[in-house]
Amino acid sequence: MLESVGIPNRQPEQILGETGAQRSGGSVESSGARRVSGLASVVDWESEFFQRDRSIHPPALTPEYKTSVLRSPRQPLLSLQNSLSEVTGPLFGHSELGPLDNDLILNYAKDGQAIGERIIVHGQVMDEGGRPVPNVLVEFWQANAGGRYRHKNDRYIAPIDPNFGGCGRTITNEDGEYWFRTIKPGPYPFRNNVNSWRPAHIHFSVFGTGFVQRLITQMYFEGDPLLVKDVMFQMIPDRDAAKRLVAPIDFNATVPLDTLAYRFDIVLRGRRSTLFENKLHGN
Amino acid sequence: MVQALKYLTETPSQTAGPYVHIGLIPHQAGFDIFDKNFTNVLVGPDTAGERIRIEGHVFDGAGMPLKDALVEIWQANAAGRYNHPADRQEKLLDKAFRGWGRTGADFETGLFWFDTVKPGSVIGRRGHRFMAPHVSFWIVARGINIGLSTRMYFSDEEAANRADPVLNLIEPDTRRRTLIAQRAMRGSAVVYTFDVYLQGERETVFFDV
Repeated sequence: MLESVGIPNRQPEQILGETGAQRSGGSVESSGARRVSGLASVVDWESEFFQRDRSIHPPALTPEYKTSVLRSPRQPLLSLQNSLSEVTGPLFGHSELGPLDNDLILNYAKDGQAIGERIIVHGQVMDEGGRPVPNVLVEFWQANAGGRYRHKNDRYIAPIDPNFGGCGRTITNEDGEYWFRTIKPGPYPFRNNVNSWRPAHIHFSVFGTGFVQRLITQMYFEGDPLLVKDVMFQMIPDRDAAKRLVAPIDFNATVPLDTLAYRFDIVLRGRRSTLFENKLHGN
Repeated sequence: MVQALKYLTETPSQTAGPYVHIGLIPHQAGFDIFDKNFTNVLVGPDTAGERIRIEGHVFDGAGMPLKDALVEIWQANAAGRYNHPADRQEKLLDKAFRGWGRTGADFETGLFWFDTVKPGSVIGRRGHRFMAPHVSFWIVARGINIGLSTRMYFSDEEAANRADPVLNLIEPDTRRRTLIAQRAMRGSAVVYTFDVYLQGERETVFFDV
């Protein structure tokens, strides 16, 4: 059991000041005072969330992805107005993570470094209102450079890399930014059609400040020729939305003679404004 | 013609895939990598409240349990307060209870379980009516394109369930019952069984929240 976040009372600045002492890379962040002023202005903890626009998400039933046929609800979803159960959600502290949790080249290194193209992945977590989402947990996992997962159920012929685990996690800083270092994953075949391949991708799991912002998605790489054939990518009905899963190379963020970089921004559901009567509590 | 509204659009969901365990519960994938791991045990020795186990399966449309599902829960503490700054109810905050856990279905049987406490009632929207004690569920897996949200209620809270503003949105009683976990004793332990059906006559009510 992890140490509880231990929220002392209703003041968000106290929580964030307490749990946000440092980022997982190890460098100590700015003072608590700066954090307080920054966060109070960007997070209205009680506001309800915008209705989710489901037209930009893949539908539950996508027969071209065969596994979805038996795993997709057939009854309509019941629309639920937000209550405290929806606008609240788990919060995580920087102290819960280890110093190498965001470095996949080193976090499972046994007798050398992970093999593959060295890359940095970085970006900003924002909400639909364009506000940064600070201090939220971002987790990621991926195949190794040969397209093989370190998972007891993956039997692909490509070898396991003894120095690569394939997972990491971090917490966004006060500007909603995150970053991690890894190797570029390889494509791999999967059982859907006779000859189906996944393009190179990194899985992302993101928390917001409310449990209904919870999101799992996949990041793809600019220029991947497998994207046009990928069932997961092509099932997104809104092509503009799908493009936002493709990370461009970010040459300005590279480390010369060392590591390439890709940028992947993530947008979580936004909160309604509180101009008038959108508060959840009675008064 | 008209000014542009400068909203962003949510990042599209993609399936968690069959190897979600690597990222979120690596021990189940078959290796250890982090010093601290997130688990399905929500309680510690100092947590207040009645200890309960929640367990169940997630069944597909053919009646087979999913053996690769990932399940997360989120709940209030025994006093009915969430460990979150939006919850300003005048109730005891339990520092030894975050109220969140995650687990994977068993690779052989599909069983998932959590050790937690029974939550108290939480005030409803706009402070009007109390909601019956409940636990929020979020389920992802291979073949699930966007995470599924539902709630679990408790069979021994009949009066509160009858007054619950969310349960009362569900008209057919057969569908309402899909959200109510059955209480039983296993030795001296309290176990609530909550089976989730993705399709079929017993399809669980899922929410667009």
